[in-house]
Amino acid sequence: MDNLILARWQFGITTVYHFFFVPLTIGLAFLIAFMETLYVVKKDETYKRMAKFWGKLFLINFAVGVVTGIMQEFQFGMNWSNYSRFVGDVFGAPLAIEALLAFFLESTFLGVWLFGWDKLSKGVHLASIWLVAIGTTISAFWILTANAFMQHPVGYVLRNGHAEMASFGQLIGNEQLWWEFPHVWLGAIATGAFFVAGISAYYLLRRRALDVFRRSFAISIVAAVVSSILVAVVGHDQAQYLMVAQPMKMAASEALWNTSPDEAPWTVVAGIDTARHRNTWEIEIPDALSILAYNRIHGRVPGINQLQAQLEQKYGPGNYIPPVRTTFWSFRIMVFAGFAMIGLALYGVFALIRDKLEQSRRYLRWMIPAIALPYIANTAGWIMTEIGRQPWVVYGLQLTKDGVSPTVPAGQVLLTLLGFTVVYGVLAAADVYLFVHFVRRGPEPEDEASDAVQLNVAPL
Amino acid sequence: MSLNTLWFMIIAVLFIGFFFLEGFDFGVGMLVPWLGKTDDERRVLINTIGPFWDGNEVWFITAGGAMFAAFPNWYATLFSGFYIALFLLLLALIGRGVAFEFRSKLSSPAWRRTWDWVIFFGSLVPPLLWGIALANLMRGVPIDAHMNYVGTFWDLISLYALVGGVSVVLLFLLHGALFIALRTDGVLRERARAVAMGVGAWATVLTFLFVVLSYFETDMFTRHGIDPGAVPILAGLSLFSVQFFIRAKRDGWAFFMTGLTIVLSTITVFMDLYPRVMVSSLNPAWSLTIYNAASNPYSLKVMTIIALTIVPFVLAYQAWSYWVFRQRIRAVERLEY
Repeated sequence: MDNLILARWQFGITTVYHFFFVPLTIGLAFLIAFMETLYVVKKDETYKRMAKFWGKLFLINFAVGVVTGIMQEFQFGMNWSNYSRFVGDVFGAPLAIEALLAFFLESTFLGVWLFGWDKLSKGVHLASIWLVAIGTTISAFWILTANAFMQHPVGYVLRNGHAEMASFGQLIGNEQLWWEFPHVWLGAIATGAFFVAGISAYYLLRRRALDVFRRSFAISIVAAVVSSILVAVVGHDQAQYLMVAQPMKMAASEALWNTSPDEAPWTVVAGIDTARHRNTWEIEIPDALSILAYNRIHGRVPGINQLQAQLEQKYGPGNYIPPVRTTFWSFRIMVFAGFAMIGLALYGVFALIRDKLEQSRRYLRWMIPAIALPYIANTAGWIMTEIGRQPWVVYGLQLTKDGVSPTVPAGQVLLTLLGFTVVYGVLAAADVYLFVHFVRRGPEPEDEASDAVQLNVAPL
Repeated sequence: MSLNTLWFMIIAVLFIGFFFLEGFDFGVGMLVPWLGKTDDERRVLINTIGPFWDGNEVWFITAGGAMFAAFPNWYATLFSGFYIALFLLLLALIGRGVAFEFRSKLSSPAWRRTWDWVIFFGSLVPPLLWGIALANLMRGVPIDAHMNYVGTFWDLISLYALVGGVSVVLLFLLHGALFIALRTDGVLRERARAVAMGVGAWATVLTFLFVVLSYFETDMFTRHGIDPGAVPILAGLSLFSVQFFIRAKRDGWAFFMTGLTIVLSTITVFMDLYPRVMVSSLNPAWSLTIYNAASNPYSLKVMTIIALTIVPFVLAYQAWSYWVFRQRIRAVERLEY
């Protein structure tokens, strides 16, 4: 195997793995900040226990997110040095700003929050968790600024064989960013919301610590409804922008080999024959692709074959078609998971309003595995957007194969690939083990006295 | 002063901050399994850096980001060139970062012992690699005309580099022991002082050996002559003075002096490099400099405005966080995890 394939696997594994932890960090930070706000405003100790319980799970998750984030930042230089030289002038800036503006904020105030319960006034303590939550959002914004440039490069000039920053304003005004950022952020809120709702459902089923988990469920299910609906709405807008920025990705995600008729049907599922550039069978919904692409029932969507011809004319001979099957199915997995989330969240809110939640035991049981849904949607979404951009690493500017480090031997890439994968596996196992342990144990009991005793017997 | 020089200095400052801050928390990490005889003592030791270590590490991440933004070629050459070293560094940082959060979450002794050793190795390996990396940065490494590192991992390992690695480990150990002496009391404080006494002499000897070797191994001598200038001499003097402050039980002064040694030594390394950022051992003309490795002037200007706006706030709230947790940690009080 050559180092391109290995470097791509390493990037894929690291990024997907890192992004298991990031959305929960963002989503949970806001939910905890909200719970602690209720504690400070209403002076009700239950909210404090809530914040502490979810805070414990937050930390276990945060730790892995941080350490894999270092790898995420450094692998550009390690495995993609030609890419780094080519775009570093533009791409490095948002990464540096992310570290300066977000990482310091998150890490410092998380330390303050964690160790400061007895050392700070309630207001300052509350402010620290809000700063952590804001920090996670700032971090998402800047790393997506960098990604948006890869998807739709703007604000640069090509000079001396590499891309140089020409307008910082254009870089952060990139329209791609302003669809991508809310979409990713709302997905993260939904991840946190389903996580809290799922674990609360577990407690409601077992009728344990009901005061904590009734409220946790109520807060999280409202967040789940709002975020899962909005993430779909923004995603729809983003798809329309895809028609402008990367029509090939749109065509690939639809397995649309030839330009559609004026009223384009949406293929729900299909058998895809990539060798012959055709689909062996498909199930379609009339007009739905036109709606997806243009928000109208009319409108042609250009097909893969036609776009390939156009791109060859523009960039010279080559294969500009991304892996169609992966792009097609990852998009569908994301969409189906998203709709399942909307359905479950709506049901939960109606059950709550009609005061039937705790009788709906089957629903509560479903909510536990439903914790996985946002993870599936997040991962599939990223796979679609990154695989769908291939063969480009920076769309229209640099091919992925030209970005790889030229002098790192394949054996070393393989070694680090295996090494990191094993470590990621061990961390995931330890992480899940701790999650299960703390979920089983539950929040700290109500009065402070028994709280202290329990701490002495079994320190956390 | 050109923006290229300014960014070279900003990156130097980030590394200085990183070595000063993570210096003591790497040192504490190395001492956790040895100094802490009971579980409570180990917890106290970890809690001396509990609220800070993560923020300290961000100095390094920011330095990496700043290199990427201001000198993309430096970032690309260094990270792809020191590939295996960086891999080991990342493994160590990953293990250590997780270990701090995971170790106390379960009460099983085997679980805790395992993570304590992860903390130990995760704190030992990075300074060793930093020392090796700094030695190689000063001496030069095989870089070709296209700015690519063409050596292997083993080219980075030499007696000179190992002396560099061990002296950084010992300096951080000393710095960490003194930090523990400042942040705890009773038996832990006494043990930390004893370690500082023992390590201090060795740290001094190794560091001076490294400086002497540098005269032969690098172009320091040809570039600067015998007299290295005020900064390295002050670094040496502050390291000497640590011995006396430890004996006088002036922990604060001793800690300040090891900190000063670390700061001034890092400045020395960067002064020695300037205006190069990576020295090519194959051909001086192939060295990376603050000019041929840099981003364009516009990009540097944007980054300068942003950095100068944000950094004062970062410094202010990090300093504030140290002030919040300024009290010594005692085992009798309820420990936060």
